[in-house]
Amino acid sequence: MIIEIERLQLYYGAFHALKNVNLSIPENNITAFIGPSGCGKSTLLRTLNRMNDTIQGVRIEGDVTIQGRNIYASDTEVEFLRKRVGMVFQQPNPFPKSIYDNVAYGPRLHGVTKKADLDALVEQSLRSASLWHEVKDVLKKSAWSLSGGQQQRLCIARALAVEPEILLMDESTSALDPISTTKIEELTRELRQKYTIVMVTHNMHQAARISDRTVFFLNGEVVEASETETLFRAPVDQRTEDYISGRFG
Amino acid sequence: MNLPESRSTADPAPPQTGKIAKHHLEEWRGKAYVYLCVLLLVVIIFSIVVFIASRGLTPFISQGVSIKEMLFGLKWAPEDDTPVFGALPFLVGSFSTSLIAALIAAPLGICASIFMTEIMPKTGKSVLQPAIELLAGIPSVVYGFVGLSVIVPFLRHTFPGQGVGIMAGAIVLSVMILPTITSIATDALRSLPAGLKEGSYALGATRWQTIARIILPTTMPALLTGVVLGIARAFGEALAVQMVIGNAPHIPHSLFESATTLTSIITLSMGNTTTGSLHNNALWSLALILLIMTFLFVFIVRLLERRVKRS
Ligand SMILES: Nc1ncnc2c1ncn2[C@@H]1O[C@H](COP(=O)(O)OP(=O)(O)OP(=O)(O)O)[C@@H](O)[C@H]1O
Ligand SMILES: [Mg+2]
Repeated sequence: MIIEIERLQLYYGAFHALKNVNLSIPENNITAFIGPSGCGKSTLLRTLNRMNDTIQGVRIEGDVTIQGRNIYASDTEVEFLRKRVGMVFQQPNPFPKSIYDNVAYGPRLHGVTKKADLDALVEQSLRSASLWHEVKDVLKKSAWSLSGGQQQRLCIARALAVEPEILLMDESTSALDPISTTKIEELTRELRQKYTIVMVTHNMHQAARISDRTVFFLNGEVVEASETETLFRAPVDQRTEDYISGRFG
Repeated sequence: MNLPESRSTADPAPPQTGKIAKHHLEEWRGKAYVYLCVLLLVVIIFSIVVFIASRGLTPFISQGVSIKEMLFGLKWAPEDDTPVFGALPFLVGSFSTSLIAALIAAPLGICASIFMTEIMPKTGKSVLQPAIELLAGIPSVVYGFVGLSVIVPFLRHTFPGQGVGIMAGAIVLSVMILPTITSIATDALRSLPAGLKEGSYALGATRWQTIARIILPTTMPALLTGVVLGIARAFGEALAVQMVIGNAPHIPHSLFESATTLTSIITLSMGNTTTGSLHNNALWSLALILLIMTFLFVFIVRLLERRVKRS
């Protein structure tokens, strides 16, 4: 288990957004979070790389352990944590820089300066994000000139360039067309060989198609977490059954 | 059971013509009012430009002053037997005070806006922003007075020279243009898409790395717009500068010696000339130069804005 979440409580001011979450996430696996809107999927995802730190008034109790270390311990270096736990957002958010500089942004932050090293990293990351063939001749062009799907794959490449171990994806295909979505789904399946992927999705078919494990949330609580096959075929909890059969949500 | 629905289906459609006629009338009235205002505005701007240009061009067209003399001449002696009109000292004074003011105010204003948006948004909004808005409301004469009683003596004691001069003018102006630069920079930083910052943090960037590598480069054209507008404001300011610059009509040897600006010379001399005289018209030429500079600043701002939109 690469990530262990124990007795996690999260409050936005007075609002209790995550209630006693206990969850283990295995290595080199795709874990999908599903559940109705507002149930806390993004919130939990963002506790894993401490992106919630940037929001005022957030209070967190309990333990989140990644590879045996509590990431909320006082000696945790948040920047180093985020280097190990990459994130891809719902809306593609490339920087207003060239394609090359977008991918090289992370490595440069963390001290890679040699041109040859950067070149190699950029190519390797773009290949992993299956974008290399489309952009290899226009690396100097602005990232904002790419299509939405290409931009999202660029954001994946950018996240991969800092060589993370875990990749968090928050509804990363929901702003994209079906073809781009398929591309990114295939890509996610490939990335699973090397990375641990935690994804949020609103699309239950997507969860069923590509994830190994699925976690169902409701009102800030984990209702059920198991192998994707099991969860969709034989859910234990009545509420899970209701949700996946479309009776609410 | 639900009354409103059953009634609306039961009643025949009400006659609509009266309502439409009323709409037309209102539409027409609104349109006429807006067009009239715009027309008035255009007429006012146009007549100001024509007026200044006709007066300001007279010395060159019919009174024997050459444009070259005006722009590059060093001596301004309008009341001599053979009057000379060299406005270069004023141009130098105006440009140097405004540019130095911008050099002082730009880093301060941009840092203040970074503080207000990125570092302490709450304190920024509740304390710093009102304070800076207050700065914008202080009348120029108060700035000039403070400059004369605080900055000029300080400069006189600290540096060789009389204290009055370009530096004193620039310092006073820098405080005056701080609100312009800060508020435009703050708007620009606030309107930055949140996703960009998050993207940077998510890659393990610290706050300063994010500010230096993402926030500042992305908002640069907008920040520059603020600075150019600040320069334009400084360029046009007359009273406060005039009170601390010394008003000697020549190019000073140092920043701490008496100098003057286009605006100061116009306000100081205007009352002593008669309409239509060469001296009076020459002052209009200076006003024309100011006007052209303003157009230039507006043009630069437009170019910068286009760059903002493109990115
Ligand atoms: N910054 C915030 N401040 C206060 N409350 C918040 C904040 N962010 C989220 N919440 C609340 O926390 C709850 C969980 O939000 P979260 O974004 O995690 O939901 P989600 O499951 O990701 O929903 P969606 O599927 O719509 O993205 C919601 O009720 C939301 O209103
Ligand atoms: Mg969400």
